[in-house]
Amino acid sequence: MNPLQTLRFAVAGLAANKVRSALTMLGVLIGVAAVILLLAVGNGSSQAVKDSIEKLGTNSLTVTSGSGFGSESSATTVKPLTVDDAKALADPKQAPDVESVAPEVTTSQTAIYQGTSHTVSQVVGTYPAYFEASNSKVAKGDYFSDDDVLNSRKVAVIGSTTATDVFGTVNPVGKQMVLGGTPFTVVGVLQTKGGTGFQDPDDVVIAPLPTVQNAFTGFGSLNQILVEAKSSSATTAAQNEITTVLMGQHDITDPTALDFQVSNQASLLTTQASTNQTFTVLLGAVAAISLLVGGIGITNIMLVTVAERTREIGIRKAIGAPKGVILGQFLAESTLLSLIGGGLGVAVGLLGSRFKIVGITPVVIPESVVGAFAIAVAIGLFFGSYPAKRAASLRPIEALRHE
Amino acid sequence: MIGSLRQRRRGADADANAMPDPDSLGGQGPWGPPPVIEVRALRKVYGHGEAAVHALKGPDDPEGGEPLGVELTVEQGDFVAVMGSSGSGKSTLMNILGCLDVPTHGRYLLDGIDVGGLDEHQLSLVRNRKIGFVFQSFNLIPRTPALDQVELPLAYAGVKSAERRRRAEAALTLVGLGDRMDHRPNELSGGQQQRVAVARALVTAPAMLLADEPTGNLDSHSTEEVLAIIDRLNASGRTVVLITHEDEVARHAKRVLRLVDGRVVDDVRQAPVDGPPPALRDPAAFAAAPGGGR
Repeated sequence: MNPLQTLRFAVAGLAANKVRSALTMLGVLIGVAAVILLLAVGNGSSQAVKDSIEKLGTNSLTVTSGSGFGSESSATTVKPLTVDDAKALADPKQAPDVESVAPEVTTSQTAIYQGTSHTVSQVVGTYPAYFEASNSKVAKGDYFSDDDVLNSRKVAVIGSTTATDVFGTVNPVGKQMVLGGTPFTVVGVLQTKGGTGFQDPDDVVIAPLPTVQNAFTGFGSLNQILVEAKSSSATTAAQNEITTVLMGQHDITDPTALDFQVSNQASLLTTQASTNQTFTVLLGAVAAISLLVGGIGITNIMLVTVAERTREIGIRKAIGAPKGVILGQFLAESTLLSLIGGGLGVAVGLLGSRFKIVGITPVVIPESVVGAFAIAVAIGLFFGSYPAKRAASLRPIEALRHE
Repeated sequence: MIGSLRQRRRGADADANAMPDPDSLGGQGPWGPPPVIEVRALRKVYGHGEAAVHALKGPDDPEGGEPLGVELTVEQGDFVAVMGSSGSGKSTLMNILGCLDVPTHGRYLLDGIDVGGLDEHQLSLVRNRKIGFVFQSFNLIPRTPALDQVELPLAYAGVKSAERRRRAEAALTLVGLGDRMDHRPNELSGGQQQRVAVARALVTAPAMLLADEPTGNLDSHSTEEVLAIIDRLNASGRTVVLITHEDEVARHAKRVLRLVDGRVVDDVRQAPVDGPPPALRDPAAFAAAPGGGR
């Protein structure tokens, strides 16, 4: 009895009851596809978080004024951040791990170009180092220069959303728009970052710090200072240096009474990524249960098949089928069910992962495909073995008498 | 003839219905080939204690003990019809002879092999190589073409595909179904289905053909066809054991056993073991004889 012959019997057995076989396969199909798809969705969402970490720039640290919410700081007076603070941070002697420093003021203004008006949610006044630290790259035109900052030139780099909202299809580079009553010449348009949060990071106007201070915010305090560390591994060292420098600047001796905060957004997002991991595991567990249910479906159908074909088993035994062959035939049938169901499930899972699901682009984990398929086949073998054993151990005389 | 010698020794005189000595009816003496079937002191009991039913028991022990069990010897080339009403134990005998069931007591030697000592796997081999089954209800595998049905026992025996096909085709041609090889059971008449079953039974060249009421579900025309095939098989040397309750079918056999309540009550030799079965010895006389006009 060669394996090919056994396989032929199995195929014939399955073909005898096409609807039943198809429905059983559907159970396995759904299980396998669910495992692949749900894991891909979970993986996709953590991948999205990872991407936004990279967008943010893993080296960047943000210094904000105030003790912040939830902080254990007991600072009584809060000294605002100033350009002098930023200058002190840029000193390589005091802060050797700091690559660049970009003081930042933020405001919101209305931009007008040829009668089109648009409220820009973020107007940032800063230094050119900001582009590097915030991982912002221009798609068209150029960044403004240190020279523009020194001369307080009225130039701006705008985000892609701002560009389309204010200028429409016109290329904004070289055009002049009126921002809060002050004319600005657009020198560059940023690449689209794409937002994951509720605020569109592409609705932004970035201009030299003194220009924005002069036109809108005044030469007072800064909103925040964006600091870029030398490397992603140097962020902790840079964070300590910043704290030391600013404590000196603000005449603070008690490290628990800081009037500023140095935050590392990347670490925040890493926490979020690990939350997503838990979510992925949970989704996987739900999918695994559906795979298990599919497996029980196989057992059920195989038991029915064995009961229905008891007489046939008796005939086969009477003409000399050994126990092993009967066992093999029914095992082959159940394995074939799970094999085809699993194969189709992989196809459906891979196909489904090409579509966006609840705003998340699924990213298929190759191990999940192999794993789900292998588990499906193993389930076919495992759950099929009980009915197959039952068929094989039927006594021929009783099987033949069965009606 | 060890079995029959022993039976005589053990007190045939005590039983009024003792079997006639098969030696006098053309046995081959102690130096011939082993008998195909040799059954000694065979008993089959269903249930236990008070509810026990003795399906096969043979003659009663003169000393009042357990029944002595059925003794039976079937020579190679013989054509035995086992007759009896329902409940006489003929189906039980058939199941034991076919290795589908095991006796409660006694020994069964099939083609010289003691079947009692075989395990499940060896029994399946014996069923495959030594026995060809023909059932009353045909027992073909559903939805399977005739050729595949006949190939099946060979497939279980591990015969190569090409050889299998050749032998299956030869067997189907032998039963006159050379033109119906790819028909499924539901596309065949009862007689044709039974002929497929006969082809399936003989394709492995078994030591004996075991037929359980092979014509029970057939009309008279198909009955004649199937019996003619069995007659020819026997004439070519195949041992046949046939179970029936119809005298018309039993007429074809060389030897007729009658079972009543688990005992062999009658053993009639209709034709010698060697040579053709009655229907082929003198076809004209056979057809003309009473009961031959079926």
